[in-house]
Amino acid sequence: MAVTFGRVLDNKTSTRIEREVASAIKRQGSDWKGNTFYTLLLVMLVLTLFILAVLIYGVVADGWDILTGWLPSFLGGTLGSIKAFEGQTLGVQQGLAGSFWIAVFVALLSFPIGIASAIYLEEYAPKNRFSNFIELNIRNLAGVPSVVYGLLGLFLFVEGIPSITGGRTAASAGLTLAILVLPIVIITSQEALRAVPATLKEGSYGVGATRWETVRRQALPYAAPGILTGTLLSMSRAIGEAAPLILVGAITGFLGSNPSIVDPRQLDDAFTAMPILITGWTQNPMPEFRVAAAAAIVVLLVFVLLLNAATIYLRYHFEKKREA
Amino acid sequence: MNPEARNSNNLVFCAQDLNVYYGEFHALRDVCLDILPNEITAFIGPSGCGKTTLLRCFNRMNDLIPIARVTGSIEYMGVNLYDPGVDAVEVRRRIGMVFQKPNPFPKSIYDNVAYGPRITGMAKRKPALDEIVEISLRKAALFDEVKDRLKNSAMGLSGGQQQRLCIARAIAVNPDVLLMDEPCSALDPIATTRIEELMNELKDDYTIVIVTHNMQQAARISNKTAFFSVDVNLETDTRTGTLIEFGDTEEIFSTPKDSRTENYVTGRFG
Repeated sequence: MAVTFGRVLDNKTSTRIEREVASAIKRQGSDWKGNTFYTLLLVMLVLTLFILAVLIYGVVADGWDILTGWLPSFLGGTLGSIKAFEGQTLGVQQGLAGSFWIAVFVALLSFPIGIASAIYLEEYAPKNRFSNFIELNIRNLAGVPSVVYGLLGLFLFVEGIPSITGGRTAASAGLTLAILVLPIVIITSQEALRAVPATLKEGSYGVGATRWETVRRQALPYAAPGILTGTLLSMSRAIGEAAPLILVGAITGFLGSNPSIVDPRQLDDAFTAMPILITGWTQNPMPEFRVAAAAAIVVLLVFVLLLNAATIYLRYHFEKKREA
Repeated sequence: MNPEARNSNNLVFCAQDLNVYYGEFHALRDVCLDILPNEITAFIGPSGCGKTTLLRCFNRMNDLIPIARVTGSIEYMGVNLYDPGVDAVEVRRRIGMVFQKPNPFPKSIYDNVAYGPRITGMAKRKPALDEIVEISLRKAALFDEVKDRLKNSAMGLSGGQQQRLCIARAIAVNPDVLLMDEPCSALDPIATTRIEELMNELKDDYTIVIVTHNMQQAARISNKTAFFSVDVNLETDTRTGTLIEFGDTEEIFSTPKDSRTENYVTGRFG
């Protein structure tokens, strides 16, 4: 005897119900759609990692002689001919200097301007047709090919205000790349600010906080990890860009002076940068320069990875603070 | 209600012909309502009847919604809150708010309560701030539970504790009025009872206006009750909240004048 839904059942009926339930909840065949999808995802992931591994292996193997033989003098060396390679005075120092100053310009210009624009658009601007139009255009700007920014930089900074930038200089390049990543900084910061819970802001307004206090003490700290990720990733992008630099006149051949990396006097001088230097060496017919290009790629990769690692660490730090 | 009583200075709030619109949507129509000091006034009614909208008019929280528009007037101690010269930030310092979902800041318990006093500049030095934090937490009946972990994150508290922390945060800036928007709807019955007891104690010092979906709660704790309902216009397919009846809680629940109120409080219409 068994009781189901308050009814008393005889043994036969209850056995039948049990059997029916058992067969109904038993798995029918395999979930081939789900399994296929899962396998597909896994294959894609492995493929991506494989390509990355091949790339890294390729450049490390190619640059092995320099990376294991004379890396310190390579880091301190300058652009030069095959003789410089043989004498181990060839190196990336000028490229590092150019990329360093580009990074400084991006950090000093596009971060404050970009984050401020994002705060304005998210927290202050009235939501109307005009602000929608502006936001749409910022999104479009983020999709503009980088060569176009190179043309803009050539027109604005190289030919427009040579009295300030000095023409084809690191300053012009820094300004150009700062403008290039500005839309990305704005968009990612806006998205981070949009993710701040409305209840948090209401709580702040509710005790009589002004808009500025609410932005400063609630919205910005909460959005900090997201803003940080966006800005530092855009920095990686700026450091890796080559096309716009060619247009604003980065040099692939010989550079006269060779000041230290952080010496600001080179700002109004002819310049090069890591991606440009790599491009130049790759195009050189002599096989020795392939080794140099590969080693330079590894150096650039390491710097970008260090930057990303710093991003991840800072993000983790801010997120922990947010939960604490 | 006779006009003389309405004009007396004894009122905390006096809403006159209040209408609220969200864009084209007419959310609340022609509300006239008085709130007396040191009483608990409850707003009840079905969803969409505008009771939360009205509550958020009392401290100009609706200003934060760009499309919200308010006509008519709400006098707070004789001053129309919607006069052009009135500063909404100052209003919110005097008229505190507790929200439906506990929303402590992701900071320590201490910093949550100290947030308001700090930004308003009430207490600059630490001893004074410590005192405000302790008094506020005591008033919110939370101090004994958290006194050993004031530096711990507020996010680690239970839901009921978080809501009492939010009450402590609201009273830390020493407001006159506490607006509570369904403060117990996310809490279990035991936490709810604690908040209700707390409100009874707090009404000696504050005027409390509470929105609640729980009619028993309104009946248990409030002195006055306002019943709101939704007017559905079938021709234009619009729904507008209106105040149906306002009076002593006992009357509203035992001898309501309007049949709609009676239907609602007896559970025949929801």
